Amino acid sequence: MTAPTLDLLRQRLGSAAGDATFAGGTFVLVIDPAALPGVVTQLKTEFGFDLLLDVTAVDWPGQAPRFEVVYHFYSTSHFGRARIKTRVPEAGPVVDSLTSLYGSAHFMERECHEMYGIDFRGNKDLRPILLYEGFVGHPLRKDYPKTQEQPLVPYRTEGA
Amino acid sequence: MPEFELPNPVRPAFGAERDGEVVVNIGPSHPATHGTIQVIAALDGEKVRRVDVHCGYLHRGFEKECEDHTWTNLIPYVDRLNYCSGLINDFAYCEAVETLMGIEITPRCKYLRTLLSEYSRIADHLTCIAASLMELGAMTAFLYLVMIRDYVYEHLAALTGARVTYTYGRIGGLARDLPDGWLTRLDEILIQYEDFIGRIHGLMDRNRIFIDRTRNVGVITPEDAVSYGFTGPILRSAGVPRDLRKDVPYLAYAELDFEVPVGINGDNYDRYYVRMREMDESIRMIRQLMDRLPPGPINVDDRRCVLPEKQLVYSEIESLINHFKLIMEGPQVPAGEVYTAHEAPNGELGFYLVSTGGGSPYKMHVRSPSFVHMGGVHRMLEGYQLADVVPTFGSVNMIGGECDR
Repeated sequence: MTAPTLDLLRQRLGSAAGDATFAGGTFVLVIDPAALPGVVTQLKTEFGFDLLLDVTAVDWPGQAPRFEVVYHFYSTSHFGRARIKTRVPEAGPVVDSLTSLYGSAHFMERECHEMYGIDFRGNKDLRPILLYEGFVGHPLRKDYPKTQEQPLVPYRTEGA
Repeated sequence: MPEFELPNPVRPAFGAERDGEVVVNIGPSHPATHGTIQVIAALDGEKVRRVDVHCGYLHRGFEKECEDHTWTNLIPYVDRLNYCSGLINDFAYCEAVETLMGIEITPRCKYLRTLLSEYSRIADHLTCIAASLMELGAMTAFLYLVMIRDYVYEHLAALTGARVTYTYGRIGGLARDLPDGWLTRLDEILIQYEDFIGRIHGLMDRNRIFIDRTRNVGVITPEDAVSYGFTGPILRSAGVPRDLRKDVPYLAYAELDFEVPVGINGDNYDRYYVRMREMDESIRMIRQLMDRLPPGPINVDDRRCVLPEKQLVYSEIESLINHFKLIMEGPQVPAGEVYTAHEAPNGELGFYLVSTGGGSPYKMHVRSPSFVHMGGVHRMLEGYQLADVVPTFGSVNMIGGECDR
């Protein structure tokens, strides 16, 4: 990423929305969940971050707000990388969906939803994707024990 | 209506919407699904109207398991993500940990990693092309390609001790240096490769049947490809010349002379051709790397991550303790987060690691190209014939190991 782009990013997004740093070649921005759609729209339209690479979350039990939702962006025009982080509480882990901006958000938000229980407001299809219908709990949360067993799925019979 | 129906284990996104529309399951256990994936398709006659792709049949809790092991113990695990090119996973993961620890690898290690990454890419592309050609009935082409791939596998086994899951990368270096005569054999294989690939070009490139089955089938537009997060050969087949090796060079790629082949149409034929050309470029890179391979150590001299020599472990207490701590507690990685991406054969393979300081990761997330591609593959299947599902799916090269994690 070129220096002018970076300065502009800092100027336009940093002060208004949250903390901005530049670490290891990546522009890192920590923002409020409410600011997410606005900031991402700006990133996409003004700064050319047209590839949503990844959506995931980090669970920090004991901290408030508990979950950190992490987005990674890449630009196919200036090859810059951006990481957007936003914190959501355990009681209402809701962020706005990015499906209207990026098609790739559909699957990645589904994965994040089932693994961490984050709700993506506006993503209509949050069915399980790597897990199965009827899986209880969110396995990547830190309070989900690794040895946890799941209820048995009823045996499927003809005509049932 | 049939007399009975087995309830579907997944909830499809749609049912038959109007008369004459039929909803069928393809997979999860089907020879053409390359592993286990389920495609639920609504058909109008032979035409695919809507597609709902379900993955997860190979989900094994990779990310959860990683939080419970030391950084070193994860190397065999990452091997099993994309099991057609395990070395690239190894090197991408090791580089992510090295970035967190602030380690710079030795020049010889850098060159060897680059060389082996390209060698793996050839093996992966060979597998993909071979399988997708076989699905179109080209058995001879399949056997030619798999023969070369087997030379590569055997050759890598001479270096790493395993054909598929190598566990060859180490944090701060590599497991061992090249054995004697390895590069000579590499040269022979490259020549054999060129011979066989010439035959494939002769068999396939202007083959009427092949062209009819692949031209203008499974087309993806550049806009769709970018929106759905496609990377690697699929994005390039749509004409977008994006390649991490060129755009943000890592390892030794900045010093190499190579081209980024792109397609025009974004159809199955372009994906076949882009992969064929990429293998040629890989061969070019390997030849350059063989000439320039610098001498010197392959591991960094850093006691935080590299095991001491066995002789020292048995003869002095400091090395013994060092060895014990590294094995039992794992390398102590400073707190921080990092996202490292390599250009894997399928696209951008990223590792997002969060460390709170200690011997195992606090969080480990893999940005696997196959999973992201599955999120957009319906754009390449809808509107084409049912029989096109198989070749299109083959050209996407979905790898269950990295898709489902």
